[in-house]
Amino acid sequence: MPAPFSWIRPEPWGIHVVPADAWVDPSRPVERALVTHGHADHARGGHGQTVATPETLAIMELRYRTGAQDEAGEIPHKAVPVEYGESITLPGDVQATYFPAGHVLGSAQILLEHAGERIVCTGDYKRRADPTCPQFEVVPCDIFITEATFGLPLFTHPPIAEEMAKLLDRLAAHPDRCVLVGAYALGKAQRVIAELRAAGHHDPIYLHGAMEKMCRLYEEHGVDLGELRLVSDHTKDDMRGSVVVSPPGALNDRWSRRLPEPITAMASGWMRVRQRARQRNVELPLIISDHADWGELTRTIEEVDPVETWITHGREDALLRWCQLHQRRARALAMVGYEDEDD
Amino acid sequence: MEEFAALIDALVYTRSRNEKLRLIAEYLRATPDPDRGWALAALSDGLDFPAVKSSTIRNLLKDRVDPVLWTLSRDFVGDTAETASLLWPAPEHPPSPPTVGEAVELLEGMNRKSVFVDLPKLLDRLDASGRYALLKLATGGMRIGVSSRLAKTAFAQAFDVSVEEVEEYWHGLAPPFPELFAWAAEGQAPPDMANLPTFRPFMLAHPLEETVVDLADYVAEWKWDGIRVQLVRAGDETKLFSRSGDDISATFPELLDVLPFPAVLDGELLVRGSHQGGEANDVTQGGAASFNALQQRLGRKTVSKKMLAEAPAFVRLYDALLIDGEDLRALPWTERRKRLEALMARLPDTHFDLSRVVEARDFDHLAEIREGSRDDAIEGLMLKRKDSPYIAGRRVRYWYKWKRDPLLVDCVLMYAQRGSGKRSSFYSDYTFGCWDGDPDKGAELLPVGKAYSGFTDEELKKLDRHVRQNTVNRFGPVRETDKSLVFEVAFDSVHESKRHKSGLAMRFPRIHRIRWDKPVHEADRIEALKALIRD
Ligand SMILES: [Zn+2]
Ligand SMILES: [Zn+2]
Repeated sequence: MPAPFSWIRPEPWGIHVVPADAWVDPSRPVERALVTHGHADHARGGHGQTVATPETLAIMELRYRTGAQDEAGEIPHKAVPVEYGESITLPGDVQATYFPAGHVLGSAQILLEHAGERIVCTGDYKRRADPTCPQFEVVPCDIFITEATFGLPLFTHPPIAEEMAKLLDRLAAHPDRCVLVGAYALGKAQRVIAELRAAGHHDPIYLHGAMEKMCRLYEEHGVDLGELRLVSDHTKDDMRGSVVVSPPGALNDRWSRRLPEPITAMASGWMRVRQRARQRNVELPLIISDHADWGELTRTIEEVDPVETWITHGREDALLRWCQLHQRRARALAMVGYEDEDD
Repeated sequence: MEEFAALIDALVYTRSRNEKLRLIAEYLRATPDPDRGWALAALSDGLDFPAVKSSTIRNLLKDRVDPVLWTLSRDFVGDTAETASLLWPAPEHPPSPPTVGEAVELLEGMNRKSVFVDLPKLLDRLDASGRYALLKLATGGMRIGVSSRLAKTAFAQAFDVSVEEVEEYWHGLAPPFPELFAWAAEGQAPPDMANLPTFRPFMLAHPLEETVVDLADYVAEWKWDGIRVQLVRAGDETKLFSRSGDDISATFPELLDVLPFPAVLDGELLVRGSHQGGEANDVTQGGAASFNALQQRLGRKTVSKKMLAEAPAFVRLYDALLIDGEDLRALPWTERRKRLEALMARLPDTHFDLSRVVEARDFDHLAEIREGSRDDAIEGLMLKRKDSPYIAGRRVRYWYKWKRDPLLVDCVLMYAQRGSGKRSSFYSDYTFGCWDGDPDKGAELLPVGKAYSGFTDEELKKLDRHVRQNTVNRFGPVRETDKSLVFEVAFDSVHESKRHKSGLAMRFPRIHRIRWDKPVHEADRIEALKALIRD
């Protein structure tokens, strides 16, 4: 009998599921990729076959044109959709089941089963309710492979309603200006818009051109974002008193000169730390994250209660320390290519 | 405390100077005494509570949070007070928050032992923003890009009084400044300064540039290369102040018992030596050492006997503001000069001499004298209108400074970067800027150049410490400072450049001198630098 868990091998460029010769979130092209969600540090183009939720596959198609034909008119990439709660059998007698991770549209934790052993790869996740994707489910397992993006005890994300109130108060106080919210194009932007709607803000919201396609994709998947308009189609005066959403990179860019005296906001978990906000010249920091905060990370480990916890990326030192203090077996995987871009 | 915490947060996230002024002024108008006075003190000169140190906060937290997790968090945030404010385990039902006045009173009552019991109780009453504001206030360094001058300007703006007048009273009053608010906000009589040895703001000079003055109306004096000081005696106490109004009495104890009557005198602090003033065998003036020798004595809290013997200090007098309690400031310069000359007989020549007037036939002759002055340590000439009263600040047409080397400007340190090689652990590459207008009217600093030479290893250590202690922002290897330090920058020439936002580029800039004593709003403007373009 082989040693326990010898069928799974963490490598710097992905987690190798040996009997199936499949890789979870590989950072280099492979024959068979199991992808947790559409963020660039987890989903990349160039794989032979991608197993992911239909929403994640649609996002990858939009970003990498994975469904494009080659010169011979064939589609070389094979997309294998798996719904939440559905299982797929991979070669080598490995079962893969996808569960909601609550991170962004289509995000999944992947449960891998082989020889009676259970391993869960979370990709990225959060525990809070999010109107744009189903909520995280606790999946019991032997090895729990978790992220640790906000793995420091100082990170506690406030309730999102508080942050929305901050944004709307500032907007109301400056009816001649606009609030420009920097938010990542996949996930954060749509969540901010959906939460604004939930908070009762029904005015048109203006988008940077780079946001449009992803918002439309969310709408096609049943997420109601209300009336969206493109900044490029409107004048300064149209946008007074409005919320404008752009990628973070455009916040201090020439592009923002077309806006009516924008108040610069940024929606990110890093906004918890003042220097981080100042570095981006942010006037209105909004602490909004699509990742688990410290309390959620540690609570999740307790609830899943695995034999061993593996930590993929983020502030793994602190989470390792917590595991040690709580007599839990844990190890940090030295993964490369995972960034905190999608915070 | 909530309003104060909200103000601090708003200031942290505000870049515009005008907006900062508006926020502080609004707070000062809306907040009752004594809270606003304590807030003003915290924002300007800072408050000092000896029982609360950074190490106190660290120790408190290490009792409540795992030390490894504390260190990892502290390293990530880069600021002890902020890390503590975020990690403090708040009670489920916090008692009501204190006012600023109450918090100050409690902090004042703490000693090194009780602080470990009482500070936690205070922290328990605040949310994360409140804890941040409290800890910043308690440890004395807000470091939120608000200078003392800016806070005073905001005060003046809030109550529509002049900032010079605020400066005049400021140095004689203590937080929470009830007399200052009573005067400015309630319209009561101004505070009485007569029996207090307080700093009076200096009268300053404009750069001469292209102006030509008529020597029938103006008198010329050497501009000595020491530091400008004010020696004040009132109520049987003598104090020595630097240009920025800092009390430097302890650094020069030999000057504290040589002024035998009440007076306020303006002069150049020098140490004895053979350089300055020795030229032309002038018997009216003793020699002084180079600025370097004086520098050895600056910034020390205590002075050794040896140093007092080797480099004794004296004051070369320029002007008299008050003598025997009589305020001379409204009198013309000629009249003040007469009084000052008459005064010399009453002063010991071991510690005082008179800065002599430079005689010239006309302006061209004066230019000749200026060019010909070989003494390295003469900075140039001062031109003072004979009928000028002594007025705080820089007034057009009254006083001019005519620096000998035209290619020297005063710039403000903005960014610092680590050096390379053996300097790699020091912030040794400096970017500095000049004002794009009047700094008191909302001008911003624009970078004009970079330098990494012109200072000694000792000075490098001090600069490195300054950068680390005054960082407001980090960009990779670069730190942005709170823009509180002036460099006198020497350079070969200056040219127009599209590459820089200021539109200017300097050739071979180097740090000529570090002006620890000079307030930043007195640094040069971009226009001054533009006037030096020669191509
Ligand atoms: Zn992600
Ligand atoms: Zn990630």
